[in-house]
Amino acid sequence: MRNIWIIAKKEYISFYHSPIAYVIGVVTFLTLGIFFWLQIDFAMQTQQFVPDIRNILDILIFPLLFLSVPVLTMRAISDENRTGTLELIMTAPVRDWELIAGKWLGTYLFFLTIIALTWIYPFVLNFMVDPGIDQSLLTANYLGLSLLTAAMTAIGILLSSLFKNQIAALLASLGVLIILWIISAPAQLMQGVGANLLRHLSITDHYYETFRYGIVDLKDIIYYLSMTVLALFLGTRAVESRRWR
Amino acid sequence: MINVSDLTKYYGVNCAVENITFTAKKGEILGFLGPNGAGKTTIMRILTGYMPPTSGKASVGGFDVIDQSLEVRKLVGYLPETVPLYQDMRVFDYLKFMAELRHVSDVEEKVDIVLEQVGMVERSESFISKLSKGMRQRVGLAQALIHQPEVLILDEPTIGLDPAQIIEVRKLIQEIGKEKTVLLSTHILSEAQQVCDRVMIINKGHIVAEDTPEHLQTRMVGSRRVTVRVAGETTPAIAVINKIPGILSVKLTDNDSIQFENPADKDLRPLVAKALIKARIDLLELSSRGVKLEDVFLQLTRDEPQELSPREVKDELLAEEPAGINKNEKEGK
Repeated sequence: MRNIWIIAKKEYISFYHSPIAYVIGVVTFLTLGIFFWLQIDFAMQTQQFVPDIRNILDILIFPLLFLSVPVLTMRAISDENRTGTLELIMTAPVRDWELIAGKWLGTYLFFLTIIALTWIYPFVLNFMVDPGIDQSLLTANYLGLSLLTAAMTAIGILLSSLFKNQIAALLASLGVLIILWIISAPAQLMQGVGANLLRHLSITDHYYETFRYGIVDLKDIIYYLSMTVLALFLGTRAVESRRWR
Repeated sequence: MINVSDLTKYYGVNCAVENITFTAKKGEILGFLGPNGAGKTTIMRILTGYMPPTSGKASVGGFDVIDQSLEVRKLVGYLPETVPLYQDMRVFDYLKFMAELRHVSDVEEKVDIVLEQVGMVERSESFISKLSKGMRQRVGLAQALIHQPEVLILDEPTIGLDPAQIIEVRKLIQEIGKEKTVLLSTHILSEAQQVCDRVMIINKGHIVAEDTPEHLQTRMVGSRRVTVRVAGETTPAIAVINKIPGILSVKLTDNDSIQFENPADKDLRPLVAKALIKARIDLLELSSRGVKLEDVFLQLTRDEPQELSPREVKDELLAEEPAGINKNEKEGK
């Protein structure tokens, strides 16, 4: 556990030295800020519409997180592989899975920081609407968002461990995330077990159909946690593959 | 401290090292000499627990590199050939991170100690990306020393350093080698000669020679080669030199000078000079050149001597004929 924390801490701090992380931070808050302002302004002018924080979070998920997760995870393992620092870490008393878990945790904590900072919007909105916003709905939204981000980050780490080239890792994780997003679309035309399976696989359906409406369902939590663990497990196997290559 | 037996490693179908066996004791500096691609780095990567061998056994400090990999890694400090560093970190933070990964107590104090050891105290707050190659090399070395390891494995530790730094680093390695086990690879033969207690010459995944540098050198000095140049015809001069007792071999070289092998225990040059003058031959040049470790290295790594034992290879080098001919003869028998 100690090794995971040491690696996570280094990874987390490294984002504060990275221009890419700042660009992502600025773009995220600028975009969300504009949408937030537009929504309030529109609601005030028409007086027929109650501003909803979920519209802001939808923007945060797509396109913001869908783009920034691949960008911030692409370097995680691929860069260690390319520069040879992987050899340094793997000859220190660190287990392969500890490296993967540490990398994931560090990156995830950075996204949690961004997500936590978006709490400013519901906080402000709470004073603007009467009788305030539904706190339990908000909590469910943020819980779902955190779980979704955990799984997405793990997928990014997995794909970073498969490539030495960052751009290849970026495009691959973007591709996988988009596939996992649209995978449930064909299910609308299908029936039976296949359709159910595709719906269960979709990374976004587990958020949009439950957490978004304030429903906290154990099966969604299990889905996100198992996606995270599976991706990290496969990432560990990818790092281990140097042993039998 | 290090025990390696019958170590073999294949990358796919390519054999990197085959049936390597050697040991290294505590307080010994063992040098790996060999051309690029000889398998030096592969052996080091196996000993540091980075990857397992295809077959064979290796242990460090009594711990098996496969079954007790984490224990081995705790004992070993490693500087890979590429000196991998995090470019976006400061020197101090980088060493602190490596110290934490190695579970060192009093991290900051230990970082200060290694910075002092490698002479990087003034640059501790610099970003690694801003350092020169030599400085990066020293940071890499500091990282390998941070947990005061029992075994230090250094892949080309002085590459990219300036002459003053090379001397410092060699001194440091020798200092560490007094109490710890040091395994280092190098291209620089004089470095192996100066620093190492024992040298292993590796070529194409096999150990082709193994001895102390002194021993190798003494054996090589045994075939001191002397070049003679005379005015006019060389044939009478060769006849004169051939008559001198103790001369091992005489031959004519391409550029019309005569070369003979002088035994180690006796310098025959004065006798040769006197004999030539007595025979009224005008002597133009008489120069001696000891066989350098470079020659051994080139000879050992040029041919395919892996079929021979290290002892045979050395004898072969000392023989009069070129290595290839002698080998064929031996195989013929």
